[in-house]
Amino acid sequence: MKVLTGIVVTFVGLLLLYGVSDPEDFPAWGDPHSPANASPISQYFIQKTIRDSEVPNMVTAVLADYRGYDTMFETVVVFVAGIAIFGVIRSYEQEDVELQVSRRRPDVIPKRTVRLLIPIIQIFALYVLAHGHSSPGGGFQGGVIMGASFIMIALVWDLETALKRFSEKLAIACAGIGILIYAAFGLVPMFYGDEFLNYGILYKVLPATDSREMARYYAMLGVEVGVMFTVTSVMYLIYALLATRGRMKGGL
Amino acid sequence: MEEFIQSKFNYWIYVLLMMLGLWGMIAKNNLIKKLIGMSIFQTAIILFYVSVAVKSEESTIPILPHHGHDYSFKYAEKHAKHADHDHDDHHGHEKDPHHKEEKHGAHGASGHGGVAHPKIPKPDNFANPLPHVLMLTAIVVGVAILGLALAISQKIYRHYGTLEEDELLKKVRAEDNG
Amino acid sequence: MIFSFDLLVLLFLIPSAIIALQLRNLVAASMVFGIYSFLMCLLWAEMGAVDVAFTEAAVGAGVSAVFMIATVYQTTRKSSD
Repeated sequence: MKVLTGIVVTFVGLLLLYGVSDPEDFPAWGDPHSPANASPISQYFIQKTIRDSEVPNMVTAVLADYRGYDTMFETVVVFVAGIAIFGVIRSYEQEDVELQVSRRRPDVIPKRTVRLLIPIIQIFALYVLAHGHSSPGGGFQGGVIMGASFIMIALVWDLETALKRFSEKLAIACAGIGILIYAAFGLVPMFYGDEFLNYGILYKVLPATDSREMARYYAMLGVEVGVMFTVTSVMYLIYALLATRGRMKGGL
Repeated sequence: MEEFIQSKFNYWIYVLLMMLGLWGMIAKNNLIKKLIGMSIFQTAIILFYVSVAVKSEESTIPILPHHGHDYSFKYAEKHAKHADHDHDDHHGHEKDPHHKEEKHGAHGASGHGGVAHPKIPKPDNFANPLPHVLMLTAIVVGVAILGLALAISQKIYRHYGTLEEDELLKKVRAEDNG
Repeated sequence: MIFSFDLLVLLFLIPSAIIALQLRNLVAASMVFGIYSFLMCLLWAEMGAVDVAFTEAAVGAGVSAVFMIATVYQTTRKSSD
C-alpha cells in the first residue's frame, strides 16, 4: 500500500513539477507583471480602497466590504462546524467514575501567572479587532485570541470553572448572534433602498457619520464584531467538546 | 540557468510539500496522522497562493503607510479647511511629531496647507491583496474541518476501540457480515 | 522577499513535515505540527502576507495544536506507524 502510494505520489509530483517549471507559461516568482498581479481587479483594490472607504488595510477592506458575502458565509461555515461537532459528540450519559480524576488544585505558578495574563490577553484581542482597519488584524484573529483566553481558563483550572464563566448555552447563543449581527448590517441597507450588504447608505442611520465612506468604515467594524462573536464561541465550544469527549465533565 | 533556478525553486519546494501531505493522507495507517497530512497539504496550498501574490523586492505589505493619510481625499479636505488651528484627531493617531512636521511644512509652502493633492497608491509598491483574502478564508475553514474530523475520530475510537485503519476495516467488515 | 531567508525556512519546513508524519508518539507529532505551523507563519510574514501570518499564528499554534492534543488525550497516544 505504501509503495503503491509512493509511486502514484511521485508521478503526480513530477507532473506538477513539469507544469511549474515551464519557462514561458508559468510566471517567475516575484514577477510584478504576472497575470495574477497585473489583473485589473487587484489594481482596483490597491488604488481605490482608501477612496471608497477610508480604510488603510486593503485586506480588511476587501474581506469585509468588497467580498462581504464570502466572509458572511465563511462565518456560517464556522458556526455550522461548531454545531456539527456538538451534534456528533455531545453525550448526556451519567458516568461519574472519572469525575474525581479531574478535581485537582492547580499548581501555584500557572494559577498566579494566568490570573494576571488573561485580562491582558482579552484586552489585546479587543485591540486586534478594533485596529483591523489600519494594522494586521480584524475579526477572525481577535476572535481566536479571545477564544484561546477562555481555553486557558479551562486548561489551568478545570472545565467547570470555565463553564461557570462562559456556559454552553451562552456560547451557542453567541455563535448565532454573531451571524445575526452580520446579516443585520446587510439587511438594514435594504430598508433604505440600497442593495444587501451595500453599506454606503447607512450614513443615514449610524450616529456621527456624514458620508458614505465613513459609513462603510463603521459598518466594516460592526461586521467584524459579529465575526468575532461567532469565532470566539465556536473555538471555545469545540475545545470543551473535544477535551471531554462530549460530556462536559472532566477532561484536560 | 542560475536565473531559472532562482525564479522557480520556490515552486519546486511547494510541490514537494504538497506531495508529502498527500502521501501522509493516503499511506499512513493512523487516523490522526492522516489528519496531520491533510493539514500539511492545506498549508502548502496556502503557501503557494501567497507566494503568487508576491511582487518584486521593493514591494511592501498591503497596508497603506501613515494610516493612509497621504492617499485620502477626506483627510486632505479636512485639513485644508482647518488650516489655522490645531486639528482634532482624525483617527486619533496624530500625536507623533512626524505628522505635525508634515502638516506645518505643507502649511508653510502653500498657505492654505494640508495635503492638497493626495497620491494614488502605485500597484507595484504593494503586494497583491486578493490572494491574502482568499487564504484567510481557507485557513479558518481548515481549522473548522480539523475540529470536525477530530470529533469524528473520537467517536470512532469510542465505538471500535482503535484508530488504525486496517484494524478498523476488519472490524467494520465483521460487523457488516455478522 | 529575501532570497536566502526564504530558502533557509523552506529547508527547515521539509524535515519538520516529514518528522510530524513519522513520529510514533502522537503527542510529539502534534507538537512538531505546531512547529511546522509556526515556520509557515514566519515565511508568510516575510513574504508580505501579514494578515495571513497573524491568522496562522493564532490558529495553527494556539488552537489547532490544542485540539489535536485534546483528542489524543481522549484516544490512544501511540500509533502503529
